[in-house]
Amino acid sequence: MNKKIILLLVSLGMILTACASGPQTLKVMTHDSFAMSEELKTAFEERNDVTLEIIASGDTGSALNKAILSKGNPIADVFYGVDNTFLNRALEEGIFEVYDSPVLDVIPDDFELDPQKRALPVDFGDVCLNYDRRYFDDLGLQPPLNLADLLKPEYEGLLVVTNPATSSPGLAFLLATIRQFGEDGYLVYWQGLKENDLLVVNDWETAYYSEFSRSGGSRPIVLSYASSPVFEVIYTDAPIDEPPTGIVYGDGACFRQVEFVGILDGTKQRGLAEKWVDFMLSTAFQEDIPLQMFVFPVNQNAQLDPAFTRHLVVPEMPAFVSPEDIAHNRERWIQEWTETVLR
Amino acid sequence: MDGDRAALKYLPARLFQGRFNRPRLTSVLLWLAPLIFLLLFYFYPLGSILTVSFARAQGSILTPFIEALRSASIRGVLAFTFWQALLSTLLTLAIGLPGAYLLARYDFRGKSIIKALTGIAFVLPTLVVAAAFNALLGPQGMVNYTLMSAFGLEGPPIHFTNTLTAILIAHMFYNTTIVLRLVGDFWSHLDPRLGQAAEVLGANKWNVMRRITLPLLMPAIASAALLVFIFTFTSFGVILVLGGPQFATLETEIYYQTVSLFNLPLAAVLALIQLVCTLTLTIIYTRLVSGLSRPLSLRPAHITQRKITTWRGRFLAGIVILVLLSLIVAPLFALGFRSISNFERTASATARQGYGTPVWRGFTLDNYRELNINRRGSLFYARPTTTIAVSLGYAGATVVLAILLGLPTAWILSRRRSSFFSRSLDPLLMLPLGTSAVTLGLGFIVALDSPPLDLRASPLLIPLAHTLVAFPFVVRSLTPALHSISPRLREAASVMGAQPLTVFRHVDLPLVARALLVAATFAFTISLGEFGATVLIARPEYPTIPLAIYRLITRPGALNYGQALALSTILMLVAGVGMLAIERFRIADVGEF
Repeated sequence: MNKKIILLLVSLGMILTACASGPQTLKVMTHDSFAMSEELKTAFEERNDVTLEIIASGDTGSALNKAILSKGNPIADVFYGVDNTFLNRALEEGIFEVYDSPVLDVIPDDFELDPQKRALPVDFGDVCLNYDRRYFDDLGLQPPLNLADLLKPEYEGLLVVTNPATSSPGLAFLLATIRQFGEDGYLVYWQGLKENDLLVVNDWETAYYSEFSRSGGSRPIVLSYASSPVFEVIYTDAPIDEPPTGIVYGDGACFRQVEFVGILDGTKQRGLAEKWVDFMLSTAFQEDIPLQMFVFPVNQNAQLDPAFTRHLVVPEMPAFVSPEDIAHNRERWIQEWTETVLR
Repeated sequence: MDGDRAALKYLPARLFQGRFNRPRLTSVLLWLAPLIFLLLFYFYPLGSILTVSFARAQGSILTPFIEALRSASIRGVLAFTFWQALLSTLLTLAIGLPGAYLLARYDFRGKSIIKALTGIAFVLPTLVVAAAFNALLGPQGMVNYTLMSAFGLEGPPIHFTNTLTAILIAHMFYNTTIVLRLVGDFWSHLDPRLGQAAEVLGANKWNVMRRITLPLLMPAIASAALLVFIFTFTSFGVILVLGGPQFATLETEIYYQTVSLFNLPLAAVLALIQLVCTLTLTIIYTRLVSGLSRPLSLRPAHITQRKITTWRGRFLAGIVILVLLSLIVAPLFALGFRSISNFERTASATARQGYGTPVWRGFTLDNYRELNINRRGSLFYARPTTTIAVSLGYAGATVVLAILLGLPTAWILSRRRSSFFSRSLDPLLMLPLGTSAVTLGLGFIVALDSPPLDLRASPLLIPLAHTLVAFPFVVRSLTPALHSISPRLREAASVMGAQPLTVFRHVDLPLVARALLVAATFAFTISLGEFGATVLIARPEYPTIPLAIYRLITRPGALNYGQALALSTILMLVAGVGMLAIERFRIADVGEF
């Protein structure tokens, strides 16, 4: 009887030591939109003899707050997903360690918004107005080409956007209008939109799936992403050849969101963390991004899926506002917008 | 037998000691588990995040308080938070009480189905509820569509989203089940002979209701009203998604200040205001109820209930059921219907209606089939069976934890002459419900950060967080029933020599078996539908059903939306079956007295 117990304990101890000396774990903290292919994960794990643990932590703002509040004793080794509207907060709080990855060579300088290389660009997506082709075709109406067009009487009551206080595309669109019409003009523009019967909802889901005419709503122009039309082709219930929606991509009508990755200050796995950052910037991972996360690679060598090369429209001159400007004026801009549009 | 001898042995000592010396020690011991739980997973994280937040305040600690008090918009938010919660509570009671009466006093076919259906609403994530109401009342929803084609209207006559009405209806949709269950259950055990006696003595039906039934029901009604009020007072998703940008409650403002602006000190002040309001209300409630509740001899439900015999009765019952069904079941039905429907857009007719109205083209299971395919070889893809198992696992753990902690707590609270210690702790139990989820979520990060309690990324945190919400529900479901047990029954048992635990097992437990099932149902549904805490801590490889729905609904593409609706329907089915199973459990185990 006793022998059996001893044997059991010994074997249990052996199992435990085996577990402890097994591969190390690399923890990556991110937002709830993160996704990747299973095979890529396996490839990374096998190549580096490591177990990858992804910690999803809510939306971008919530995840970043968690990273900031656990600074010094980080929950993870790497943080992915902070975008240019939040970048300044991350950098000012000093949650990242500097890492000059060799892969940055194949990434255009425009994307490198942190010259000190604490946050490295991974992907981008353009926030643009989408329109319902069907609606405009049926009425023989020309879709709007740029932001100023939306003030015209023929587009009265057609637009639904999201609230910049609660929605990240909403903030992006507000920034685009500030860039386009300037500090002096943007509120005048929004006043005009309001008089043209603008509809504002709090979240993208309500705008796109409830109010947008394609989903049964009554608004044929909706705030979404430049990539949305392509996804309407890929994730369709009945096969279609052409996207049912188009984007308004005139000069400065879209706002470019760039997402970054950084090594969390205080990590005990610096070497592995560097390998993961390099991996995220590498061609293999970058080519996996669009179909998993609906955003686009910054790596110039990454090839896009044929669905994208066929249907994707990339706005040539997206609006740009520096992360510092966003951080310093965010509250005031949102407040002024709220006073003008919602009151 | 042994019991008799024990009785002889203890009888004189007991008479001499008086009844309340021994329970005091017991009550401290019983308090221990819930107290440790609350200290560790509620007060400690909350205290930590408040400390960290105020440490970030520029100037003195008072600066954010002054900032909050000075801001007209925050005063407006506070006023609106109160106003909508009050309206929601009153409306929910107005709908729920007639329903509770019907379910309590009458026996008819399909009763448990109606109960389960109304409970399903409770588990649905806000985005899904918004989709459900949109399918019913949206610009092209069933109702507007019918009205437009019937009267040849140019545009949709009903505007639902972004109105106060939408907020109120959604709150009623969610919370009516609280009234139905808490009040209905208690009512079904009220002895109808009290009222009958009054009638014999000449009181009319109205007087019986006003002078006898309502006063007796007051503790249960107050419990339900308190829960509904606190729930709607801290409402987040409904305000955000259905209320739209015109409306803000303290909770949505806390979210905005925390996530968008990272103004932690101001967010902390708002969270404190929320807490103080909850605490004040609960203290008033506790005072009120201790004066209201009286011992009753409760009756088994099958004795108190009768069949509906008159036509007038049938007519009134029909109206009550119709209201409940159209408020709660119609949106659920619209959602399920859409998930199996094939819609096609027609050629548009007039300029104003140029949306291309979707026309129904028959049934399809495509959305459900697609759920089982991992098209992109994605790492975080999870089969519906996996998500169901994960959800049920967390829900089961929550039920067990919440009952284990809630039952002893409720038992102590219902002691007739409870100690000062118990009485002052009582209001604290409700606090987790009235606490900002955003704030508490960050509290976990700040507080539980070192071994052995480094739970920041642990899935264990999920059932713990769910239990925090379920625990007050369990306590509030059980106390009215435990309160009403006549102390004479317990005394009789103790006099006969039964140990406190034996008294509890043979007197209290059978008498509250029904309330225990209500409590279990609440814990189950709260966990099944919880989203806010889960999304912050869940392992992406093992998502719960609401989490998987969220992933689908946040992506463009008709097929993604269809799958989200299909998975929502699966969630409704799981919730419904779960609740019916809990209901059946009674027969298998404790049995009704």
